[in-house]
Amino acid sequence: MFGYIYTLLPAMIDGLITTLKVFFITLILSIPLGILVSIGRLSKIKLISKTTELYIWVMRGTPLMLQIVFVFFGLPIIGITFDRFTAVLIAFILNYAAYFGEIFRGGMESIDKGQYEAAKVLGLTPYKTFIRIILPQMFKMVLPSIANEVITLVKDTSLVYIVGIGELLRAGKIASNRDVSLIPLAMVGIIYLLLTAIFTGIFNKTERRYSYYE
Amino acid sequence: MVLQVDGLNKSFGDKAVLKDVSFQLNTGEILAIIGPSGAGKTTILRCINGLEKSDKGTIKIDGAYLCRDHNNKITYATSEEMKFIRKRIGLVFQNYNLFPHMSVMENIIEAPINAFGIPKVEAEDKALELLNIMGLTDKRDSYPFELSGGQKQRVAIARACALNPKIMCLDEPTSALDPELREGIANIIEDLAKDNMGVLIITHDMAFAERVAHKIIFMEDGKIIKEDSKDDFFNNLKDERIKRFIT
Repeated sequence: MFGYIYTLLPAMIDGLITTLKVFFITLILSIPLGILVSIGRLSKIKLISKTTELYIWVMRGTPLMLQIVFVFFGLPIIGITFDRFTAVLIAFILNYAAYFGEIFRGGMESIDKGQYEAAKVLGLTPYKTFIRIILPQMFKMVLPSIANEVITLVKDTSLVYIVGIGELLRAGKIASNRDVSLIPLAMVGIIYLLLTAIFTGIFNKTERRYSYYE
Repeated sequence: MVLQVDGLNKSFGDKAVLKDVSFQLNTGEILAIIGPSGAGKTTILRCINGLEKSDKGTIKIDGAYLCRDHNNKITYATSEEMKFIRKRIGLVFQNYNLFPHMSVMENIIEAPINAFGIPKVEAEDKALELLNIMGLTDKRDSYPFELSGGQKQRVAIARACALNPKIMCLDEPTSALDPELREGIANIIEDLAKDNMGVLIITHDMAFAERVAHKIIFMEDGKIIKEDSKDDFFNNLKDERIKRFIT
């Protein structure tokens, strides 16, 4: 059996690399975008806050699968074409930025008004106040929710098979069909479990690092 | 005269909280504004510190106008002028509002470095000097949650003093303090005044006002009812409203 698992490895690793690419690129781009979304959502300018609200509603209110299909298969109908990978990333980033945006908004709103006022009377600009006072405190507060989203993202990456990108789950499914075996699917499951274990560990460590204050 | 407030008016909605409030504060003077809650004491403090915009009136801080009436229209300091003003006035909040994610030292040097561009070494020297005065040298690397209420308050005072302000405002400085710490904060406030600051205290702690203030203003319902030197204020309590409040 180990011999069989060994023969599956190259295809699995290929799939895993694609999965990780989608995962990391989405994460790295959707978190800063999510911060912008939360700022937009809290904006005093009605047009901005309402537009952001609409965006969040659409992104959270429709399936991510539909959004991927829309960007890759739908937009070409009106002449906007992306390659598979770009299309998938656009959908993932826009979707996750909406979720992160709402998490950050909650974090920002939970910070005591007194922190803003203390920064103001000390002469800090609104920008410095945000970067140095609000953001660090917010990150500590939202860390558990972010960890949740990240675990979901690991698993959501499997959705990219819909546009025919060979990621981890697809690699397992192909092998399972070809060899009429459960082993490839079990392997895929184990790899997902390992990934989520790693990310859970990283987040636990980060939470501990932020626990130097209360 | 380091602080001058003239004809200050402020409403929230249709509720007038400040009605034509005028007073002055001199260098080296400790002024206590007392009165029941809802009298408008805290609103005055917030207006003077630019946390609330007054509707009418003039506030002059160390020669610079925070706001002024001009042709019946109020104008506010520009952000450049505001920077000058911020440096000259410090505020110690009732609940201190220390930055929880920063150490004591970082709390004190944050504004000097990141708002006023003072070199780190210089800011730290000043902070150590202040911590020494406050008796907190050994707490420089502690975080706010590790400090007692009294220690937090002294850190907040040190933070507000870091830019050598001319005016120091304290909102209810005794409200969260154990009785045995009151004398300590009274001494610190006196030292600030001796250091040529004008000190403005908002309190409804009469005994504390009597202990520390040179001058007392009694407010009720958004108006100044009585303004007097401490001795005259307490020796001459004719006004029914004040008597009611004190007894």
